[in-house]
Amino acid sequence: MMQEHTVRAYGEELRRLREMIARMGGLAERQVEDAVAALIRRDAELATEVMGRDAEIDALEREIEEFCIRLLALRQPVGQDLRLVIAGLKISHAIERIGDYARNAAKRSIVLAQQPQVGSLNGFQRMARLVQEELKGAMDALVNGDAARASEVWASDQSVDEVYNGIFREMLTFMMEDPRNITAATHLLFVAKNLERIGDHATNIAETVYYAVSGQPMPSERPKGDSSPYAVVRPPA
Amino acid sequence: MSPPSDSAMQDSAAAIPSSSFGGMQARSAAALNETARVAIRNLDFYYGANRALKGINLDLPERQVTGMIGPSGCGKSTLLRVLNRMYSLYPGQRATGEVILDGRNIIDDDMDVNELRAKIGMVFQKPTPFPMTIHENIAFGVRLHEKLSRAQMDERVEWALTRAAIWGEVKDRLNTNAMGLSGGQQQRLCIARTIAVRPEVILFDEPTSALDPISTLKIEELIDELKQDFTIAIVTHNMQQAARCADQVAFFYLGELIEVAPAAQLFTAPQQPRTQEYITGRFG
Repeated sequence: MMQEHTVRAYGEELRRLREMIARMGGLAERQVEDAVAALIRRDAELATEVMGRDAEIDALEREIEEFCIRLLALRQPVGQDLRLVIAGLKISHAIERIGDYARNAAKRSIVLAQQPQVGSLNGFQRMARLVQEELKGAMDALVNGDAARASEVWASDQSVDEVYNGIFREMLTFMMEDPRNITAATHLLFVAKNLERIGDHATNIAETVYYAVSGQPMPSERPKGDSSPYAVVRPPA
Repeated sequence: MSPPSDSAMQDSAAAIPSSSFGGMQARSAAALNETARVAIRNLDFYYGANRALKGINLDLPERQVTGMIGPSGCGKSTLLRVLNRMYSLYPGQRATGEVILDGRNIIDDDMDVNELRAKIGMVFQKPTPFPMTIHENIAFGVRLHEKLSRAQMDERVEWALTRAAIWGEVKDRLNTNAMGLSGGQQQRLCIARTIAVRPEVILFDEPTSALDPISTLKIEELIDELKQDFTIAIVTHNMQQAARCADQVAFFYLGELIEVAPAAQLFTAPQQPRTQEYITGRFG
């Protein structure tokens, strides 16, 4: 890590910014975890809690934004400090979106709890775990100033996409087998899409962290694995 | 000669591809490749036995502003003093290496210092008007180098004062004493005096450190105007000023040039840890 700032209060403020972002990231991780737990356990109470907690994430985003504007105005940051402040603005915005997706997943799980079970939910659990890991990895990379870690997270989103493609095909199949599955399967598709979007935001965060830490942009195009736009399922004969 | 590591490091710092959030370094690559008006090569400078500049390699690109930053005693002002041979006045001070301007090494002993100073003008930290009229302040230096008729001289004085953005403020009192001007006006008068002899290069040594913020901005605006015609180097302790004024910025530390890069790159993603520590205020 770098040397301390000559102006200690400034160094403290930058540390506080990092902590606020990490706290916001931690909150979002928990929201994703609980939203999927509510889905799997058919727990409407937990889902309602998740929906309520989203306001905390929104409030943190506003707090971080105000804090970054203040730092820009009063400290005129340059170099790595400037990159951190700009990253703070971008990352807090991305986490706010993640929070919205988690809230939406929780909302759908309340409807799903009243519908017959469609297929197994293992894929959802796996996706949730993967995107939580991405989010955690990106936050760790930011707090520890670890560009290599950010780079790993950035490259790892492909497995999320693969699980998503599997769920997509599975849900189409259920709907074709029995139209009574359509309500539940459609909600589940949206939940899967939400998780897939959360993964994309997590990789964007990792990209931002990589630049903030190293001063270099991510070297190449990210491998993308979402093939659902091209999925074709043949109707049963 | 400089140790090879020095020059290798400087070269690599300049050659690393730019990076940013929004392509703000678009002008960077071009900026460093344009023709050098002044080329400094393997420059060493000694105050007696003390080596104050160590193997400096730096180009001042034509019609661009080069900002020089670094902590006190890092050699940036010494470099300016070398560029117009100010050190020649002092025994025991000597420079080795090359500073090429118009195909000549200006630190060679046979370089005519008066001729050099008509080509490389300098503006100092504190405004230094001569205790004479405003008109005479400008005409005095011109007369040393050129024989002009009265009308030509008046024209030159007006041109210089106009280019220095002070003509409107002084045109009705050209024959009053320059000491009656405000600090900011005095500094612009000194800039007019410098450009009146039509130099190729203008060196600014902390030109605004004695001025209020508005006068400072006027000088910065003026520097931006002047780079259309002149190659400019500015030494400043104010990093924001370097960021605002300079096309490329050179960071000096303990007599070495640590890094030179386009301003947008140096202030967003410097390549050298010591540059990073200095510009962000984490210096040891």
